[in-house]
Amino acid sequence: MPRLTSLWNLANPTRFLGLADRLLPWLAALAAVLLAVGLYLSFFVAPPDYQQGETVRIMFVHVPAAWLGLFMYVMMSASALGTLVWRHPLADVAQKAAAPIGAAFTFVCLVTGSLWGKPMWGTWWVWDARLTSVLVLFLMYLGIIALWRAVDDPARAARAVAVLTLVGVVNIPIIKFSVDWWSTLHQPAAVFRIDGPTIHPSMLWPLLVMAVAFTVLAIALHLAGMRNEILRRRVRSLRLMEAEQLDAGVEPAAGAAR
Amino acid sequence: MNDPHTGFIVASYALTTLVVGGLVLRAVFDHRALRRAIAQLEARGVRRRSARREEAR
Amino acid sequence: MTRAFLALVLRDLRLAARVGGSGAMGLVFFLMLVAVVPFALGPDLNLLSRIGPALLWFSAVLATLIGLDRLFQTDVEDGAIDLILASDTPLEVLVAAKGVAHWLTTGLPLALCAPLFGLLLALTPQAMLAVAATLLVGTPALTFIGAVGAALTASLGRGGLLLAILVMPLMVPTLIFGVSAANAATAATVGFLTPFLVLVALSLVAIVIGTFAAAAALRQGA
Repeated sequence: MPRLTSLWNLANPTRFLGLADRLLPWLAALAAVLLAVGLYLSFFVAPPDYQQGETVRIMFVHVPAAWLGLFMYVMMSASALGTLVWRHPLADVAQKAAAPIGAAFTFVCLVTGSLWGKPMWGTWWVWDARLTSVLVLFLMYLGIIALWRAVDDPARAARAVAVLTLVGVVNIPIIKFSVDWWSTLHQPAAVFRIDGPTIHPSMLWPLLVMAVAFTVLAIALHLAGMRNEILRRRVRSLRLMEAEQLDAGVEPAAGAAR
Repeated sequence: MNDPHTGFIVASYALTTLVVGGLVLRAVFDHRALRRAIAQLEARGVRRRSARREEAR
Repeated sequence: MTRAFLALVLRDLRLAARVGGSGAMGLVFFLMLVAVVPFALGPDLNLLSRIGPALLWFSAVLATLIGLDRLFQTDVEDGAIDLILASDTPLEVLVAAKGVAHWLTTGLPLALCAPLFGLLLALTPQAMLAVAATLLVGTPALTFIGAVGAALTASLGRGGLLLAILVMPLMVPTLIFGVSAANAATAATVGFLTPFLVLVALSLVAIVIGTFAAAAALRQGA
């Protein structure tokens, strides 16, 4: 199985760093081009909505941000499996790099949703099922980041976070279901539906381009985050080695004599 | 754009730019700082075991 | 296996009853919360009886959280966790035993005393019964979801706040269905049975997932 072996080759951090160094400029350029096209489409090509007017343009950042909030969580869960089941060294790094990115996009989704809601609903926040689920997702991201920061040893932190992430992924459908149920129970008077299944193609295309652009951007950011995390671990182990050498009373220069 | 809600649209795009820009800048600056730290450590003669092995070959 | 399970449950119960154990503290904290809220909201009995079930449930969540950080931490501190990990009995069974013991010392007393505290909030007898019943079947979910957080933060030493941050989002469904079922008994907006049965299901799922996840977390942390 060549694909599998190549995945294992990447377990060598130096090889992964080489790959990331080569890939990142291309991904960044692709993301920039797609974003430029997407922004042009969403500002100048997409028509204003007959009901919501220009406000509908908020959708072009709101929906991709929501999608990425979920996407990064899925990415994190897959990495969590990699950490717990296969003990793949890259999985720990992938898990850690994904958390702040996912949290950031979930935050963007929440705030743009609120900015969209103010003119449409008349309030900044509605305890609508979808908004509330995203809020709970955001809280879970915050918990995961807090756990990362609480454990000193990176390998142990990765395994602890992996357990939490997987428990979270089992709970997300349950939370979604219960929040939906709760929301129908406390149905406020005639909430304006943001998106229906019927979305006009002239709006669908800009939305799709923006979603792809955001996804490429997130993948690039994730790759860069993984690269930084590997370097951070390298710095950490180098510092520890230096401290050990100093502790043993050896001149650091003598340790590297060759 | 003479929409009454222009402020909200601008605010959402500005916030998105701010957050995404923050993520990008964080990645770039982090990367530079880490590369510098590694270079400093290596200049002080601290090498990783694997790096030493590669040189011995 | 059953003997090890029972032995651990008894040990934890004895530890909770001992001086320095946290036996009745959750209950006292529960009473404190119920007693303090009227000072914030005002003594309007109509208002209190309307939000009473929600208030009791929320207090139960907080009271459960307060005691949870010690669930595995004491064992890590005194080294008993090594014996538990090294035992022939599967770790999951022993984690379940600790969860059961914790529920017997916090969840069960809360559920049994809820009608009494309901008096302070001017609940109708029917509402008191509903709150007690939902707490009785719902608190196991709180305990076992919390056990995952307790296992994750066991060796951190300063786990209390972190534990709450980790498990509160996961407790949302339990809270939703617990309060809905308790309210349904009086307000009759929806049937009582639907949310109640979902609450039972949530508890059963939480017991299974919580036990396995907490055991995994303990193994990884060691």
